[in-house]
Amino acid sequence: MSEGLRNMWAIARRELGGYFNSPVAYVFIVIFLLLNGFFTFSLGYYFERGQASLAEPFFSWHPWLYLFLVPAVGMRLWAEERRSGTLELLLTMPIAPWQAIVGKFLASWLFLGIALVLTFPIVITTSFLGDPDNGAVVSGYLGSFLLAGAYLGVTELMSAITRNQIIAFIISVVVCFFLILCGWEPVTQFLVNHLPDSVVNLVKGLSTWYHFLAFQRGVIDLRDLLYFGSVIGFSLFATSVVLRGVRGA
Amino acid sequence: MITVENLVKRFGAKCAVDNISFEVKRGEVLGFLGPNGAGKSTTMRIVTGFMPATSGRVTIGGHDVSENPIAAKKLVGYLPESAPSYPDMTVAGFLAWAAEMRGLSGAAKQSALQRVTELCFLQNVLHQSVDTLSKGFRHRTCLAQSLIHDPEVLILDEPTDGLDPNQKHEIRQLIRRMGETKAIVFSTHILEEVEACCSRAIIIDRGRVVTDGTPAQLKAKDDTAGSVTLRVHGVDPATVQAKLSQVVEAGRVTAQADGARVWARVEPRAKGQGGDLASAIADVAHREHWRFDELHTEEGRLDNVFRKITRPDSVRS
Repeated sequence: MSEGLRNMWAIARRELGGYFNSPVAYVFIVIFLLLNGFFTFSLGYYFERGQASLAEPFFSWHPWLYLFLVPAVGMRLWAEERRSGTLELLLTMPIAPWQAIVGKFLASWLFLGIALVLTFPIVITTSFLGDPDNGAVVSGYLGSFLLAGAYLGVTELMSAITRNQIIAFIISVVVCFFLILCGWEPVTQFLVNHLPDSVVNLVKGLSTWYHFLAFQRGVIDLRDLLYFGSVIGFSLFATSVVLRGVRGA
Repeated sequence: MITVENLVKRFGAKCAVDNISFEVKRGEVLGFLGPNGAGKSTTMRIVTGFMPATSGRVTIGGHDVSENPIAAKKLVGYLPESAPSYPDMTVAGFLAWAAEMRGLSGAAKQSALQRVTELCFLQNVLHQSVDTLSKGFRHRTCLAQSLIHDPEVLILDEPTDGLDPNQKHEIRQLIRRMGETKAIVFSTHILEEVEACCSRAIIIDRGRVVTDGTPAQLKAKDDTAGSVTLRVHGVDPATVQAKLSQVVEAGRVTAQADGARVWARVEPRAKGQGGDLASAIADVAHREHWRFDELHTEEGRLDNVFRKITRPDSVRS
């Protein structure tokens, strides 16, 4: 294993251990699964629809669910290191800062992935009751995972900006909320009446909501992959810039 | 091992480190002294590569800290000021993590863990989580982290802060022992620590080095350094003063009665001849057949020196 990978792995493992050694992981997973069930079966009218599809009743709630749950997972990433002074310890280790940034990101993303995988009973249920499009199920899960990654990137960046986890949480929720809103149909409908189409499309193109839609329908488009990849990449790069400022000040 | 050249660090308009230069060789223990806010921690943060300098150059084992940070950091063990550690980890888990970050694995990791556990007396708390530990143990846990890769350079920011006297003693012993083979810089504001384990000390004030030398050289800067005290029985103070004033090396002489005894204090005419002065005074006492039970030369006191050169109105060298 190369040195960079080994360092990232050491950081990621410590971070994952932090989740599972405390009640955080278990509380999060239980709440995530309960809310998923509630949205799918009560608000999503899973049974009443009579369709063997997860797009509308299941995946379409994820942008809202992640809006609060992902910042809750990621808010401590850097804020806690800054508050407790361990940032000094971490960044005087013989590692490149990006290894710490990516390692932390991967740990939290993996954790969110584990929570997401634990929703598998809904897939079994749907397969039992009907004949769902398996491709759409897979692309829906992939899209959901990427969506969580994009929110997590934003949260990691906000967490580096402040030493207060609560502030990191609130700002992350607000930013992620805007990322949903600018592609959410009620908002785009409103914009269409007031702005030229090109501007509306640009705004829509920035939205996680808009790019997640295709995945729900079973379409994996390179542009959507690129979108989520660049949100994550940009957030992590911005995190490194912020951390450089934190060290200098 | 460590060279610091013309280091400057500004925070906005405030100059925290103002043109500091020093060098630490292997086998040296450098004490870093100074009032709070003098720039000790900032200097250490720059040397360890946590903070970039505004200007100046730091090299560790020949590696420039800003150009080749990873190679430089590999040689350094660092104990930050507040001795931070991850509260949700156990001591063993935390040290294992530090070992992995330092590239240790397998048997090397295990033996490193065992070594630092013994060195820092952590055997009984290894499987406790850090947030249940007392301050002394937390401090030693972080110290153990800095020693895990047996580094050639150690930077310790107030290593004995918050420890009880026994623990302080242990840590000082440890520093002195390790100082034989490593280059160590540690900051403190406990002056006796400097005498106990430093081979050299630097005093900084307002971001500048105000003095640099061995503890003995530093102490010699005290005004009382070199003066001789004599305690005589059954002689008149005026006589004592008169006789002692005739000594060639003597400067100002004072004598005070204390019951049947007389305390005499003789300052040297010129600094740095304390030994001669004491023997000259002993000769006088013998010649006059005085009965004396105390005769010693003041070495000077570090805290006097410290106060003298870091006082706001003092003239800075």
